Amino acid sequence: MAQEITAQDTRDVTTNNGDANRRAMAFTPIVDIFERDGTTVIMADMPGVSPEDVDVTLEHRVLTLHGKVKPYAPEGYRALTSEYRVGDYIRSFTLSDEIDQAKINAEFKNGVLRLELPRSPEAKPQKISVKAG
Amino acid sequence: MLQTTFSPMSFVDPFADMRRMQSTMNQIFEGARLPGQSATYPPVNIWAAEGGIVMTTELAGLTEQDIELTVKDKMLSIRGTYPEPQSGDNIVWHRHERVDGAFLRSVELPFRVNPDLINARFENGVLTVEMQRPEDDKPKRVQIKSS
Repeated sequence: MAQEITAQDTRDVTTNNGDANRRAMAFTPIVDIFERDGTTVIMADMPGVSPEDVDVTLEHRVLTLHGKVKPYAPEGYRALTSEYRVGDYIRSFTLSDEIDQAKINAEFKNGVLRLELPRSPEAKPQKISVKAG
Repeated sequence: MLQTTFSPMSFVDPFADMRRMQSTMNQIFEGARLPGQSATYPPVNIWAAEGGIVMTTELAGLTEQDIELTVKDKMLSIRGTYPEPQSGDNIVWHRHERVDGAFLRSVELPFRVNPDLINARFENGVLTVEMQRPEDDKPKRVQIKSS
C-alpha cells in the first residue's frame, strides 16, 4: 500500500509506522496547550476514539498520544458526501525537564484527551565533594 | 441512460448535482457566519440508502446540551457553541489549535426525511444522526404493461 503524507485542512496526515495490518490512516490531533499555576495542560481532540482505545506513553522525555478509531460505515448505505476522513490519531511532544513525570494525570471525555503535567518542585542543587588525591 | 450498479436510478435525482451546487453557493453567501468561521464547519459525512440517510460529524469537546439539531423536510441544521478558551491572569497559552466559538451549518439532504423517526446520538465527540424517508416519499415501482 503506497504511503504518502498529505495535508487535510489543518490536520496533517502521517504515515503508518510499519504496522501493515492497520489499514486506517493516522492523523495529527489538534491540541490546546496552556499553563496555569505551574501545571501544563494539553487538550487533544480525538473524536471517534473510545476511552479504552486511548494510549498515552512516556518514554524518556517523549510523550506520545495515540488513539485508535474503529471505522464507521453503516450497512447498506452508499457514501454521498465525505468531507472528512476517519483514522487513528497520533502526536508526540518532548517534555521539558521541569515536568514531574510521575504525576502526569490523563482523562478522556467526549472525544477530548486532557493531560495535566505538573511542574516538579525545584531540584535542590547537589553538592559533590571532591577528594584530595 | 445506462443504469449501473454504482448509480442506480431509483433514488438519484438527475438534478441532484445542480441542486447541491446551488445549495453550496447559498451556504457560501448566506450561511450564518462569524468572522473567521467558514459556512462549511463542521465537516459532515453523509450516507444515503433508499430508505434513509445517516449523517456523522465530529464535534469533540462538546456535550449533547451544546448542540442544537433541527430537521425540516430536506434541510438539516446543526448549531452549537464551543466553550470559551480558558482565560485569566494566571494562564499562559502556548498553542491554541482547537476550535472555539459558535457555528451554524445547514445541509440539504437528497430527499425529505421523517422528523419523528430520527435517531441522533453523540458518542466520544461524534454526532451520528439516522434519518428515515417517509413511506409516501419513497419511489414506487411502476408496472409496465405489455400491449
